[in-house]
Amino acid sequence: MADSDPEATAGGGSAGGAAVDGGVAVAEKPAPAPGPAEVGQSLGREAFRRLRRNPVAIGGAVLVLLFVLVAILAPLLAPYDPVDQILKDQIRPGSFPGPSHEHWLGSDSLGRDELSRILFGARQSLLVGVLATTVGFAVGLLLGTLAGAFGGWVDNLVMRVVDILLSVPSLLLAISIAALLGQRLISVTLAVGVAQVPIFARLLRGTMLAERESDYVLAARSLGIRRRSIVLSHVLPNSLSPVLVQGTLSLATAIVDVAALSFLGLSGADPDVPEWGRMLAESQTFLSTAPRLAFLPCTAIVIAALGFTLLGESLREALDPKLRR
Amino acid sequence: MLRYAIRRLALLVPILLGLSVLLFVWVRALPGGPAQALLGEHGSPDAERQVRIAYGLDRPLYVQYWSFLKRTVHLDFGTSIRTNQSVTSEFLTRFPMTIELTVAALIFAVGLGIPLGYLAARKHGRFLDHASVVGSLIGVTIPVFFLGFLLKYWVAIKLGWLPPSGRSNERIIATHPTNFYVLDGLLTREYDASWDAITHLILPAIALGSIPLAIIVRITRAAVIDVSHEDYVRTAEAKGLARSTVSRRHILRNAMLPVATTIGLQTGLLLSGAILTEIVFGLPGIGSFVYHAIQNRDYPVLQGFILIIAVIYVIVNLLVDLSYSLIDPRVRVGGGRG
Repeated sequence: MADSDPEATAGGGSAGGAAVDGGVAVAEKPAPAPGPAEVGQSLGREAFRRLRRNPVAIGGAVLVLLFVLVAILAPLLAPYDPVDQILKDQIRPGSFPGPSHEHWLGSDSLGRDELSRILFGARQSLLVGVLATTVGFAVGLLLGTLAGAFGGWVDNLVMRVVDILLSVPSLLLAISIAALLGQRLISVTLAVGVAQVPIFARLLRGTMLAERESDYVLAARSLGIRRRSIVLSHVLPNSLSPVLVQGTLSLATAIVDVAALSFLGLSGADPDVPEWGRMLAESQTFLSTAPRLAFLPCTAIVIAALGFTLLGESLREALDPKLRR
Repeated sequence: MLRYAIRRLALLVPILLGLSVLLFVWVRALPGGPAQALLGEHGSPDAERQVRIAYGLDRPLYVQYWSFLKRTVHLDFGTSIRTNQSVTSEFLTRFPMTIELTVAALIFAVGLGIPLGYLAARKHGRFLDHASVVGSLIGVTIPVFFLGFLLKYWVAIKLGWLPPSGRSNERIIATHPTNFYVLDGLLTREYDASWDAITHLILPAIALGSIPLAIIVRITRAAVIDVSHEDYVRTAEAKGLARSTVSRRHILRNAMLPVATTIGLQTGLLLSGAILTEIVFGLPGIGSFVYHAIQNRDYPVLQGFILIIAVIYVIVNLLVDLSYSLIDPRVRVGGGRG
C-alpha cells in the first residue's frame, strides 16, 4: 500500500478530524524500516534529492516560502495600516468601496484596506500555526517517547490518556480548551496544539515499538549500552521521519483549525488584529453584497495550508523506502 | 468475534470515565468557577451562593463527582443557560438535523469517491489519474467554510438554483414526527416537504463531504492499484475470466477493505465539520447550537454536548472496528487487533 494510509490524507482536514483519525490507523501498522544502506547514501540526502525532482514538492515549497515571506515582510509589503479606517467616509450601509487603483482589494466593512489586512493576517496565522504545532509536536514527542521506550505500564497509561483525547473529535477538543482558557491568543494556540498531541504521540510510539525489535537495537543492547542512550541516540532518531512528515502536514491542519476557531469566535480578544478566520466571520453578513470579503481570507488560508500539505506529502514520498526505485 | 467485541466494549469504560473526569475538572476550572459559569455574566454574589448550594458545589469534590457521574448516567446534563431547556432535550431536537447532514455528506463522498478512485486506478499513470491525485490533495486542504461560502454564493445567491440557508422553505407547512425532515415527508406522505428538505441539504452536504470525498478517492485509488498487482488477480486473468468479473469479484471486493475503514474513520471529521457547515448554511443542528453556546458561554450545553458527541464518536469507531473484522476474515481468524 504505497500511499494508501488514511493518514496520508490528513493534510488539511478543515476540521482537523482527518489528522486524528489518520494517526490511529497508521500507528497500528508496523513502521517502514529505514533502509538507506542499499542505496549507500544517507536517508536525508537521498530524500532531499528526491524532493528536488518532484514538481509537487517544489510547488509546495514555493507556497510555503511565499507565506513565510509575506508574514515576515507584512509591514513593508502592506500599503496601509491594517487598523486604520482610511475609507470610513465612503462606507454606506451594505456597500463598501471595491477594488481600486489605490486599494487593490477594496475596503472591509469598517473602511480598512483589505489587502493590508490580508497581508498582516499571514503573521497571525503563521505564528499561531507554528506555535500550536510546536506544542503538539513537543508534548506528543515526549509522551510517544515515554510510551515507546518504556513499554509496560507507562505505555499503557500514556496510551489511555491519548485514547481519551482521541475520543473527542479534534475541533471539539480545541473548542473546549479554548473556551476554558478564555479569549486570548495563547488559548487558541494551546487548544490547537493539545488537539494535535494524540496524533504525534501515537505515531511516534508505533514507530518506536517497531524500531525496538530491529537488529541494531539488539546489537546495541548486547554490547551493553544503556537503555537511555539506546533510546535517545538509536531508536528515536530512526523513528523521527514519519513524525517530521506529520509535523509538516499538521502545520496545514493547524492553520485551518486556528482559522476555524476564530471563525467560531474563539480568537484573541483584540478585534483590531487582522486574522483570517475572524475576517471570514465578519464577512458572513455581506456575502451577497461583498463576496470578496469572504473569499479573500479563505483563499489566503487555502494557499497557506496547501503549501504545507504539498510539501508534507512529497516529504512522505521521499522518505518512504517502499516508494523508492 | 464475541470475545473481541466484549473486550473492546470493556476498553470503552476507562476512556469514558477518564473523559468524565476531564469534563468534571473542565467545568470547575472555567473562568470564574462553575457557579459563575452557570449564572452567566450577570450573577450577583448572593445568587452565586444560592447556585453553589443548589448544585451542591459546596460539598467535597468526590461527592460532587459522584453525583455528576450519577446524573450523567441518567442522561441529565443540566439546563441550558440560554434557552432554559434541558440539555438532553436540546440535543435530541437538534441531532436529527446533524445526522441528516452527515449522512447526506457521506452519501455524496462515497457515491462519488469510490467510482472516481476506481477509475483513476484503472487509468493509472494517465491524465485522469494525475488529475485525481492532485485534485484530492487540494481537496483535503480546502476548508469546509471555503467551499461552503463558494457554493452558497455561486449556486444559491447568484444562480438561485438551490436555497442558500435554512432547513426547509417557510411556506411549506409540514408535520415533523421524527425531526428527520426527509424521512418525515415520506412518513406523512408530504413528498414535496421531503423534496424541499433534500434541496436544502444538497449544498451543505457537498461542502461537508468534499474532504471525505478527497480521502476516499485517494484510498480507493491506492487500494485498487495495490490489489491489481496481487497474484490472485493475475491468476484470475490467466484463467481467462472476463475483465469485468475480475474487476468486480477479485479487485473491487478486496480493495474495499481499507476503503470501508476509511469511511468509518470519517465520523470525527464529519462531526467537526458539521459545526462549521451548519453555521455557514444557517442549519439548526448541534453544530450551530454549540456555536451559540460558545458565544453565550453556555457551559452546561458545551459540557453535555461534548460528552454526548464523544460517546457517539467512540461507539461509532467501535462499530467500524467490529464491522471491519466482519468484512475481513483475516482479522477474525487473527483473534482481533488493538
